[in-house]
Amino acid sequence: MTLVEREHALGLLRQMVLIRRFEEKAAELYTVGKIHGFLHLYIGEEAVAVGAMQALTADDAIVATYREHGQALVRGIPAGAVMAEMYGKANGCSRGRGGSMHLFDASRRFYGGHAIVGGGLPVAVGLALADTLQGRRRVTACFFGDGAVAEGEFHESLNLAALWKLPVLFLCENNLYAMGTALARHQAQPDIRLKAQAYGLPADAVDGMDVLAVEAAARRAAEAVRGGAGPFLLEARTYRFRAHSMYDPELYRTRDEVEQWKARDPIARFTARLREWGLLADADLAALEASVAAEIEGAIAEAEAGPWEPVEDLTKDVYARRTP
Amino acid sequence: MTKLTYRDAVRSALREALARDPRVFLMGEDVGRYGGAYAVSRGLLEEFGPDRVRDTPLSESTFVGAGVGAALGGLRPIVEVMTVNFSLLALDQIVNNAATLRHMSGGQLAVPLVIRMATGAGRQLAAQHSHSLEGWYAHIPGLTVLAPATPADARGLLLAALAEPDPVLIFEHATLYPTEGEVDEAAGPAEIGRAAVRRAGDAVTLVTYGGSLPKALAAADRLAVEGVEAEVLDLRSLRPLDTPAILASLAKTHRVVVVDEGWRTGSLAAEVSARIMEGGFYDLDVPVARVCSAEVPMPYPKHLEDAALPQAETIVATVRGMLRRRG
Ligand SMILES: Cc1ncc(C[n+]2csc(CCOP(=O)(O)OP(=O)(O)O)c2C)c(N)n1
Ligand SMILES: [Mg+2]
Repeated sequence: MTLVEREHALGLLRQMVLIRRFEEKAAELYTVGKIHGFLHLYIGEEAVAVGAMQALTADDAIVATYREHGQALVRGIPAGAVMAEMYGKANGCSRGRGGSMHLFDASRRFYGGHAIVGGGLPVAVGLALADTLQGRRRVTACFFGDGAVAEGEFHESLNLAALWKLPVLFLCENNLYAMGTALARHQAQPDIRLKAQAYGLPADAVDGMDVLAVEAAARRAAEAVRGGAGPFLLEARTYRFRAHSMYDPELYRTRDEVEQWKARDPIARFTARLREWGLLADADLAALEASVAAEIEGAIAEAEAGPWEPVEDLTKDVYARRTP
Repeated sequence: MTKLTYRDAVRSALREALARDPRVFLMGEDVGRYGGAYAVSRGLLEEFGPDRVRDTPLSESTFVGAGVGAALGGLRPIVEVMTVNFSLLALDQIVNNAATLRHMSGGQLAVPLVIRMATGAGRQLAAQHSHSLEGWYAHIPGLTVLAPATPADARGLLLAALAEPDPVLIFEHATLYPTEGEVDEAAGPAEIGRAAVRRAGDAVTLVTYGGSLPKALAAADRLAVEGVEAEVLDLRSLRPLDTPAILASLAKTHRVVVVDEGWRTGSLAAEVSARIMEGGFYDLDVPVARVCSAEVPMPYPKHLEDAALPQAETIVATVRGMLRRRG
């Protein structure tokens, strides 16, 4: 039985493939010195951002982490603006000031790009407070990792959002590791969803390797939040296929474990399902890959051609009205 | 003497302390299984086991505070905070507890806690991973603040910190970890509160510390080509500051440039300059100059990060300008 419309399904697949290929290219560009600093790849976790973002409208806000290329691309920040940001060019979405970890786009209500673990959660609570006080029915979606659950800001944010009934969709991307520390070694109660109970939040957990399951769960959660029921915690269970960042000897997990998760690759899995349902022919896939490749080529060309910000502008944008 | 990297020198002190004193343990994010974010503690979990090398959750306030409590309870904790920007989540425990408990309790309590963290910029990590906030910590009475710049000091000052009865913060500039130097692994602790002359000279004193030391030495080499002999004074300890050493060098050179990766406003460089005003004003031929970071959260692209940071060229240019203004 077909559970999904063809056009929508191909759209989901294309978004996941775009993230995957974009990041594969970014990793290459890192090794040849075009991208610097920390680069955290989302490869393996694509179904989470793609599925979850289907539940959001253009009016909703997004707060993400340093592992946010996927969210940025799905939100519609042009791949060229994201790539140029990773190059540090002035045509990047943060004018080159932020780099890979700090993607911003105010016009798309994409509020970053936060590299202090847990630092985005209180900001999301405040964005939702602003909506509530100004009578707007919008959702603020806040992505964070399993590691962030150990921070006080996670607990304080869930409590405050629940206390004030704020429209925050807390989206935990549980990839089972905080850098090299496995979930069971950083959480006394590793069932993250359960933590919501203490603060009176509804919560759900979903297979983060299944884009349709994530979409369905996110739609249910976002609907409740949008309807005024207060915040919701959705935990997506997923896995990062690559190193934590580009420097990581991966001493903390076995190849075997990684291979087992790769067998559940969200893109391969979804592709197989679509074929099974007769929604995807070889030609469709080839066309999709070709269009993604062209988009990424275009993005790299934009990044390459982009200007460096002049050094004279070094202290620009520290204040609105003053130079420091 | 052995040639060691800064990273290996820190590890050498950690290993020695863990082996010698059963009260010592190391805790922090990813110090165990991962081997340390900067590979400083690699191998220590295997050698000393999970009781003594403890991976913590991402809970900076609580594991630093637990370090305070463990120190109160008779242990000698070494807490690693990955980067100074993350230590801001633990600021409450450091400033309100670690620094105050001895005094607030009328001298009854002691917090012999060592907190190590990476600091500084230079690796294009942008505005949430690159700052130099050690000057802030040096503001706090009750804390001792160290900034080793060489492998020998990385080892010697850590051993010294462990011998202190009060909390000590050690700032390890992240660009120093791969640098090499001679280390005497049989040597005991270094002396806290003593600056070191890293290069003697008579034309100008470059007062610096931590990650800026290599830049000051490079600047001094370039100035030497022009016939200007700069003295390079490495502070090593930011609290207490070795004021006599600063004033002694000033008495010799009559000119001081302070090189500090912190922002200029309210910086450690400002403190050094004020001490010179108070104690060495009549030795000055020209006003004290400061080479600090530009007043901007650290930008990501290399050309802007380089422009924001003290560099050998800016130090050289500052000295040249100073020498043109003969007193
Ligand atoms: C407050 C803080 N502490 C430590 C770090 C260093 N750090 C960066 S990412 C990370 C792991 C975070 O894990 P998780 O929240 O699960 O996100 P993931 O990287 O798995 O997506 C750590 C320890 C940081 N950036 N901020
Ligand atoms: Mg994680």
